[in-house]
Amino acid sequence: MHLVLFLIFALFALAGAVNLLLQKHPINSALSLIVVMSSLAVLYLLLGAEFLAMAQIIVYAGAIMVLFTFVVMLLNEGREEKTWGSHTAKTLGFPAVAVLLAVLSATILRAGRHYGMISLSDGVTTTQELSRVLFHDLLLPFELTSVLILIAILGAVALARKDNGEA
Amino acid sequence: MNTTVPAEWYLILSAALFTLGVVGFLIKRSLISIFMSIELMLNAVNLSFVTFAHEWHAVKGQIFVFFVMMVAAAEAAVGLAIIISIFRARGTLTVDQIDLMKL
Repeated sequence: MHLVLFLIFALFALAGAVNLLLQKHPINSALSLIVVMSSLAVLYLLLGAEFLAMAQIIVYAGAIMVLFTFVVMLLNEGREEKTWGSHTAKTLGFPAVAVLLAVLSATILRAGRHYGMISLSDGVTTTQELSRVLFHDLLLPFELTSVLILIAILGAVALARKDNGEA
Repeated sequence: MNTTVPAEWYLILSAALFTLGVVGFLIKRSLISIFMSIELMLNAVNLSFVTFAHEWHAVKGQIFVFFVMMVAAAEAAVGLAIIISIFRARGTLTVDQIDLMKL
């Protein structure tokens, strides 16, 4: 059961990510990114992170991607021109990316022998455990993020405002 | 029926998603698509955080993902505001035409 679910949603995530690269219109890329984020939420659920799975759907697939699609539709930029990068990107960039993936996979596979198997019966990290750590040990960082969000809201309003004449 | 999946499969999926994000960052020419590739990379790293949190039964790994989500939300709000203001000033989102700061 776990294996089947993992394979299905890992495939969805990879297909969505590849589709994000291939699509020419930003709105199609945004929709594929929503597919990736929703499949990641299911994978979090398989890993027993129930709170994060819900937060992933609400914050990422919900709030952030609504913001993205909103901006794409507001600006209505249209199709991006098809360029496959400069000569430097072809000769240097893609081999570098391939090396990056190879190094990451090799490191993971070498270290992976010590890792265990993940099963659905491993149990979940409850929201209670999570909030105990969050509100006892990490209360100050948590409060600081609220300040960060407030500053981000003010910054977004200041940057996107029309009537100051300098934007 | 309760099959198991090795932890490294999750990590390799995370590495593959991260690499696809890097490729998107390199080949995309629209500012918004590049921004979406950055979000994809953030998500890929989050997946490996959750995997390690499960592997070592450490709640702090999940807390870290929570904070990454908060920072990503703030970053998306400010970044999209910057994109709107760039579009208003230059009338385009193609990165090849937004190169005033290039040497």
